[in-house]
Parts: sequence; structure tokens; C-alpha cells
Amino acid sequence: MIRIPLRPLARVLKARETGENPDLIEQENRRLRIEAMRDGARRRAEGRLLMVVLIFLCGFVVLSARMGLLAATAPMELRAAMPGQISSARAQIVDRNGHVLATNLPTQVLYAETQRMIDPERAARELARIFPDIDADQMAARFTDPDRRFIWIRPRLSPEQQQAVHDIGEPGLMLGPREMRVYPNGRMAAHVLGGARVGQQGVNAAEVLGAAGAELYFDAELRDPARIDQPLQLSLDLTLQSVVTEVLEGAKRLFKARGATAVLMDVNTGEVLSLVSLPDFDPNNRPAPATEGDPADSPLFNRAVQGYYELGSVMKSFAIAQALEEGAVTPDSRIDTRGPLTWGRFSIRDFRNYGPELSVKDVLVRSSNIGTARIMRELGADKQQDFLRELGFLDPAALELPEAARSRPLTPDNWSELSTMTISYGHGMSTSPLALAAGYAALVNGGRKVTPTLLRQNRPRLGAQVISERTSRQMRLMLHQVVQEGTASFARIPGYPVGGKTGSADKPSARGGYMEDAVFASFASVFPSHDPRYVLIVTLDEAVDTTGPEPRRTAGWTAVPVSAEITRRIAPLLDIRPTDLATAEAALYAR
Amino acid sequence: MRSFLYFVTVLAVIALAAWAYRENHLTQQAMNDRRALEREIASLTTAKTIQRTEWAYLNRPDRLRELVDVNFERLRLIPISADHFGRVDEIAYPLPVIDDDGTLNAVEISGTLDDGNGDAPRPEAQP
Repeated sequence: MIRIPLRPLARVLKARETGENPDLIEQENRRLRIEAMRDGARRRAEGRLLMVVLIFLCGFVVLSARMGLLAATAPMELRAAMPGQISSARAQIVDRNGHVLATNLPTQVLYAETQRMIDPERAARELARIFPDIDADQMAARFTDPDRRFIWIRPRLSPEQQQAVHDIGEPGLMLGPREMRVYPNGRMAAHVLGGARVGQQGVNAAEVLGAAGAELYFDAELRDPARIDQPLQLSLDLTLQSVVTEVLEGAKRLFKARGATAVLMDVNTGEVLSLVSLPDFDPNNRPAPATEGDPADSPLFNRAVQGYYELGSVMKSFAIAQALEEGAVTPDSRIDTRGPLTWGRFSIRDFRNYGPELSVKDVLVRSSNIGTARIMRELGADKQQDFLRELGFLDPAALELPEAARSRPLTPDNWSELSTMTISYGHGMSTSPLALAAGYAALVNGGRKVTPTLLRQNRPRLGAQVISERTSRQMRLMLHQVVQEGTASFARIPGYPVGGKTGSADKPSARGGYMEDAVFASFASVFPSHDPRYVLIVTLDEAVDTTGPEPRRTAGWTAVPVSAEITRRIAPLLDIRPTDLATAEAALYAR
Repeated sequence: MRSFLYFVTVLAVIALAAWAYRENHLTQQAMNDRRALEREIASLTTAKTIQRTEWAYLNRPDRLRELVDVNFERLRLIPISADHFGRVDEIAYPLPVIDDDGTLNAVEISGTLDDGNGDAPRPEAQP
């Protein structure tokens, strides 16, 4: 740096010439120099101060960020030790009212480390005493086998058994913590819940995985560690499910049916309140899939969702509704019902002769195959397919069960005019009871498509308009008349007007054609008929009523009384106010 | 003055160090307490789950149905049906009592369900 001299000669000489005091120049320069030094020192000090401030600021930012982070973290409750990679935690499943359907219980697994064993023979003897099904000699042989160092003995122990194993005092016998899936209601809603199985397992934990049903469908949600404390709430109602199961089991026994199903659905939300398929199983002890015989006869088979059947006359409602919607007929139009109706070498007959003609209403009330087939023939196959597709009959059900996606309806490869006619009265196309429930819900709720769901909903979930409000109103009245005047007279329940349609389909035989005395009886009902809130489907497979002089197999004698008993029992539980018939009919006819 | 400041600063550093040391131990203690509390919460949660499960198991519909059957003599419980519902006009409604000066007396209204001789005044049927 160039230093400016304190007494620059040029200025001093000049000052001397003008007679000024040159000391003043020196003083002035000294002052400037000192000021420059002071400014420099201040800049350095300020820089240091700034640095210190920055360091502190960083520290404070880090600390406050950490504090903010801690404050913002959701409090987490720790459950019983979850060591290692394997997590056995699984959220509860509850019904719509919070009743427990599935939960986890801690238990202990028993295993042996043979190298640590002191007296294997005695341990084997003592174990055989605690667990009668253990063979002492076999167990001793396994304990003393030099190739084995590790043996699983029991997957779960009761507290008493744990104590007994402790009391043996053998250091080689070890207990490890486990969680087991428990279904406290036993067989109730077995097909919906499915069951659980043990996945990957270590000494300290084992995965509990869903094996079928909702447990499998919602497996990821149930095992999500962030949502362990939030139970999965289903739309099922335990009380209703129990009543429906009880009545249906009685009916299955009484009518010696091979199987039975019931589906109860809310017509506005699509919530399945009860879904029963018999025979059923205990999800606590899920049986292995059958390796022989018809899988559709296995108790694991969910008949209400996986079972696709030709349901017969219950499907007529859809043909009539479509004809009304298209404006092809009115409820009072006269339809030619002279039979048999022939098409090529096939002929369509009625259960009995209904005379030369019936009104459209009576075609449904009396269940005339010929009348329905004639109505649908006028509309044609394309329109029929479109309508059935809109209602969801041609696709697998969209229910939250893995089984639902596994089966799909059987439809004719070539949708001919004959197919159109037979499908109109429920033959030639298979439908699951669940899809039928969704279809009937759409018919009576004002014509909006309904998607069935197993999750609790808080508001109506109505889809696209399938039929008009007016057609829906006409259908409500006609379904009511089927019960009051037609084939479902057993469904008349004091206090709860019901509308519905029966279906008695001859079962297709394995060799082709239809079986003589095997009937698939079904009844689709809606209640209360003047303001439908729920749809109930009941099906009985090969049910026969033997109380009369000759066996009766039609739905009017089997499925209808069962459905009526269910409705009589559950309607009060669903908070439906009893209405007398006159009030209901006034409401139905007024509109 | 300066030495006084140094003295105060040194004192402050010592005090802060003592405070930090204490705080460190308190934090560790708090963390230990937290772990103990977590263990307790975990065991209580498990106990709660077990009790809820037991409750659900004891109240399973099958068992309740059996209990209703077994105790039918005593309880006479039957499934609810439409004829168990009443209408509002089936409920006897007490007649209001009007004082001599024409004012309604709320206390006396509630007192007219039974007028003492066991003969409650019959209300007029509501339409």
C-alpha cells in the first residue's frame, strides 16, 4: 500500500510560500490516516460480528426447526414390541356400529433350540403331558437329531400352556411373541372377512396376512403402520347379519337346500348390510381349499358373490322396466300370452295357461314367460344388452372382495333372438345374487345405478340415471302388486309392505339341458314398498318344501317365506316405521 | 469495571454449564420415563384389545341368543316386530290443570298423572 507522507514536501513548500503553518497539513493528514485506520478496524469488527450473528442464527434455525418438527410429529402409541423387519401389527375390522369383527391378540409361539437343551427326553415327555397330541418318543427323536438345531413346536399357546412350559424348566424350550388374528363372532360374516394366515416368520414376530375376503382385499391398508389404530369399518351390521344367518340356516335345514344366500343392501348407498352364504366356515380355523369335488360346493365358496346362477323369473322385472322405459308398453298394455311360443325347434311355455292375453302388469304379477319373451322380442338384443350392461349384469361385481373379480357372468356367445327371449325371463344368462341386489336397487331408488360396497358410507352414492323416475315409480307399484296379488303372497307382512319378484329356475344339468326336480329358488324384495330403502335377495339352491302332500319347489313356497321372516325380523332393527297397507297403497297409487 | 465484567461473565458461563448439565440429565430422565410410559401404554393397549376381544366374544350373537333362550322363563325376550311399536296417540297425556285465576301451573300439570286416589284423569283421544 502506498502510504501518503504526513508532510508532503510540495504542499509544505507551497504553505511556506503563502505563510501558512505547515503543521496544520501534518495534522490534517494524521487525522485522515487515523480515520482510515478506524474505518478499517470497524469494518473488520462488523464482519466478525456478522459472522457470529450468522453462526448463532444457523444454530437457532436448526434448533427451532427441530423443535417445530418435534411439535408437528403426530404422537404415536407404541404397541407391544415390534422388533426387526417383520411387523405382525394389523388393524381391527369393525362393523358399521363399531362391533369388533376381527382383531389381533398377543400369544406366544413355542420353539426349541436343541443345542441348549439339557435333558431332551424329559422335555419331550413333559411336552407330551401338556399337549396330548404330541408323541413323546417322536419329539425326543427330533430333539436329539444332531442335524436339527431349531424346531418349531407350537404356533400359539394359551397363557396356561405358557406357564406349564415355563414350569418344565428346560432352557432349550423358548417362547416367542406372536400376534394371532381372532374373529370373536365365529362363523358370522365368514365369507366377507375371509380369514388370515401367517406369512414370513422369525423368532420374535410373524407376519399376519389376509388369506381371503376383506382381509386380503384390504391387506395393505390393514397392515399400514400409520393406520394401525384406525379400524377398518365395514358396511355390515353384526345384528342384522346374525338375524339373517339364523333365519337362513333354519331355512336351509328345513328345506334341505344345498346352499343358501342372502344379500341385504341399502338402495341409495349400495352398502351391503348383510351378506350370508351357506354353507359357511369358521375364519378362526379356515379350512384348506377342497382339492376334489365341485369347488362351488365348498364352504369357502361365496355363493352370493362368486356364484353365478340362472335366476329365472326375478330377471323379468328388468325386461318389463326396460320396455316401460323405452315407451314400448304401459303397465296396462295388453300382451298376447297364447302359448307355446315357438322359435325354431324351441318352444317357450308358461307354468300354467294364463289365457289369451294379460296386461303388462299381470305378465309380471303372474310371471308369464311368454308375455315377457314377446315384450323383449319387440325391443331386440342390442337394446337388451345395453340395458343389462348399464345395470352391471354383464361385468364382474365391483365389490371389495378378491373373490368378486374372480368370477364373471356367463352370457351367450351368440346373442340371438332366442337368447334375447330366454334372458328376458332369466334363462341363458347367469347372475350373482349380489348383482341382482344392485339391479333391483337401481329399479326402485328412482332409477339411479348403484355400485355395491362393503365400506360404510355417510351419504348416498347414486350413479348414472338408468331408468326414469317415472318408470321406477311404476316398477315399485308392480313389485308391490306381485306380493299383494301374485306369486309372492307369503311376503305379506303386517306393518311392513314389501314389493318383490320370485324366481324359480330349473337348474342346468351337467349333461346339458335342465334338471327335472332341482330348482334354484330366489326372491328379490324391496321394502318398504312405497318408499324403498332396502333390497333383500334370498336364494335357496335345490330347496324343497315337503310339508304338503307333494314336494313343492317353487320360490313362492321356499324363498318367499324365508325372505318374509327375515324382513319381519330386521325391518324393526333398521328403524323402519311400521305402515299399514292402506297408507302404503295410497302413497303408491297417488303418484 | 472490566474485571467486574469478566467476573460476571465467568460466573454466567459456570452457571450456564451447570444448567446445561442438569438439563441434560433431566432430558435423559425424561426419555427414560417416556420409554417406561410407552411400555406401559403398549401393555395397556394390549390389555384393552384383549378385553375388547373378550367383550366381543362374550357378546357374540350366537351366545346372546342362547342366553335369551336359557333365560326365557325369567326375561321373556322375543324378537322385536311391527306390533311392538306404538303410536303417539296411544300415550295417555295428562290434562293441564288451570288455577282459579286462569294460569297454567306446570308443577300441577306433572302432578295429574295420578291424582292420589289412583284414578288418573283420562285424556281425550288425539285424532
